Amino acid sequence: MTSATALRSRHLLGIADLDPSEIELVLETALAMKEIGTRPIKKVPTLRGRTIINLFFEPSTRTRMSFELAEKRLSADTLGMTTTGSSVSKGETLADTARTLEAMAPDMIVMRHGASGAPHQLSRICRASIINAGDGMHEHPTQALLDALTMLERKRRLAGLQVAIIGDLVHSRVLRSNVLLLTRMGAAVRACGPATLVPPGLDRLGVRVTTSIDEALDGADVVMMLRVQHERMSGLFLPSVREYFTFFGLTPARLERAAPDVIVMHPGPMNRGVEIDSEVADGPWSVILDQVANGVAVRMAVLYLLAGGEAEA
Amino acid sequence: MRILLKSIHLVDPGAGRNGRFDVLMEDDRILRVGPGLPADGAHVVELPSALVVTPGLIDMHVHLREPGHEHKETIATGTASAVAGGFTAVACMPNTDPVNDHSAVTEFIVKRAAEAKLARVYPIGAVSMGSNGQQLTEIGDLRHAGCVAISDDGRPVATALLMRRAMEYASMFGMPVIDHCEDPSLKGDGVAHEGPVAAMLGLRGIPGAAESVGVERDIAVAEMTAGHVHIAHMSARQSLRAVRAGKAAGIRVTCEVTPHHFVLTDQALAERGGYDANTKMNPPLREEADRAAMIEGLRDGSIDVIATDHAPHHADEKSLEFDRAPFGIVGLETAVSLCLDRLVHGGVIGLPRLVELLSLNPARVLGIPGGTLSEGAQADLTVLAPDATVTIDARSFKSKSKNTPFDGWTLKGGVAATIVGGRVVYANENMPVGRKLRDTT
Repeated sequence: MTSATALRSRHLLGIADLDPSEIELVLETALAMKEIGTRPIKKVPTLRGRTIINLFFEPSTRTRMSFELAEKRLSADTLGMTTTGSSVSKGETLADTARTLEAMAPDMIVMRHGASGAPHQLSRICRASIINAGDGMHEHPTQALLDALTMLERKRRLAGLQVAIIGDLVHSRVLRSNVLLLTRMGAAVRACGPATLVPPGLDRLGVRVTTSIDEALDGADVVMMLRVQHERMSGLFLPSVREYFTFFGLTPARLERAAPDVIVMHPGPMNRGVEIDSEVADGPWSVILDQVANGVAVRMAVLYLLAGGEAEA
Repeated sequence: MRILLKSIHLVDPGAGRNGRFDVLMEDDRILRVGPGLPADGAHVVELPSALVVTPGLIDMHVHLREPGHEHKETIATGTASAVAGGFTAVACMPNTDPVNDHSAVTEFIVKRAAEAKLARVYPIGAVSMGSNGQQLTEIGDLRHAGCVAISDDGRPVATALLMRRAMEYASMFGMPVIDHCEDPSLKGDGVAHEGPVAAMLGLRGIPGAAESVGVERDIAVAEMTAGHVHIAHMSARQSLRAVRAGKAAGIRVTCEVTPHHFVLTDQALAERGGYDANTKMNPPLREEADRAAMIEGLRDGSIDVIATDHAPHHADEKSLEFDRAPFGIVGLETAVSLCLDRLVHGGVIGLPRLVELLSLNPARVLGIPGGTLSEGAQADLTVLAPDATVTIDARSFKSKSKNTPFDGWTLKGGVAATIVGGRVVYANENMPVGRKLRDTT
């Protein structure tokens, strides 16, 4: 494989658009960015004079703060917009919002939206680089990249890893981006959840689908738990929290089936006692806080590479 | 005025004709059809030998949007679109605002269509008041005002009991009940066919069974009532299986399929950058096995009718997020080219079978005039140019709306002219014969 020195697209809409060498480039760049976070002055002038709009149509705390921190560490000028109090609540269409922002000539737009494909539509209107910070049930590419960086740090490889992804599969953009990234990088993915939360056709995407958590955990190097939202209990998806935890909750006992050096990940926010036992979340397997730290580094790498990567990091 | 179309290639399966014939028209009627008719003082028109004349095409499933949604389409623009697409008649669905659930609305539609003087318009009345599934409309009164069928299209006929009563009642007037088959709970808030493509695009799915559950219900009710149910825009292979079984059992069930369901699959949702709302329709574009099943149904005769489900929407509405954009595409001005290219040149069926699907059978299902050129029949004809190369250009559509996934497609086969009641109501300016015909009549 020839190694990439730049990203082909000026947008990051999804992992679907990245080839393996581009994924490696982002991860290598992120490792370099991580070092900046260890300096006494955690700021470099790389994106000085660049304007970045954080456009969040859905509530987000960690992703938004992570992007803001990454932008600030690279010295970009940033401003944010959320749905509450904006013209979106007055019925403005996405296209009109996009054109309005476009008139302010930002260099990049970081976008989260509840509708799958919304960033793709925005990218057809705007000249700015669009970074998808999560669209509906579709993709969350920077999450998959920070997950990969975390695995890489702990396991020194992605190829050949046995990764179990467990939880609400059908509603998860984290699942989709991770499946794309991990299968592209040669890892083996087992996806596990109750049959009501498995998207039909997932088995045809190079993933082993099972409804048995024990089977999913068997010999796994990495266990990634997905959040199960309480509203699923009312949509005929699940009978109760109690039943869910009984059959799909990650407990220390269940984890014994996994590889001895297994790591446990979670994109957050966690529902303790629903999908994950506190003993696991806080235990020696957990790399959940590493994921948060890596999020900033990966987002710095993505911003840097999409800006053209011409300045010194 | 008498006009003799001399030695034209006539394809009229209803009359068992497929070959060189003369057609003698007087004013708005067909006088005679046969070989070697004498001119007898009639104006003689000869057409290039590559052209094919058929009984006027009939699209039995369109949305003309008037009254109520005139920013999408009007009866005038919709019928202009129809004749530009080779259709001499259309049947329009009742989901306007107000709903066509009362003879006053029907009469308004009939009046507007007469003013437009383009395609014939056959209104379809609502099954239930407001299409709300609660109370039967005055079906007999709708019939007398001009309705040819009843449907709550846009929505399914709400319950099995309503379907039963509608079929029992409509059969007194010889009208079919047309159903948009869909189980609302299985469809949920889905926006795309449930399968790997929707799974990867993160779009909520609509399974094929959401449709076939409704088809199975309707066939059971049709058997019970001996009524006639017509399945609108069938898309799922399970539905076709149910229709075949129903027909084999002698139950009065007919069905239609749209060009987009036999040409496209859900892969189109992922193409051209993805999430183009012009690939969003209900029922959704399904997977290849379904598309192939529809092709097989067209070939083996299980499918009775090709209808477009012409559903105009304004560009502003279609530019919303995929989840929020309305369902549907325009179809009147692309149907003939898609059918000729994919079905006839694609080797699926011959021209006579295509004319059955686009003219003879829709006339029979609705019990309306046309479908074949018998002596004394109204002079509604479509002139096809089966070998012409056509490039779809949405901007040039006569329809007020341009929402099509086929923009820019180059296809083999088009429409040269459309004649309604002996008048040339459309002549393709890109073809010399179109200009010639227009100047004749």
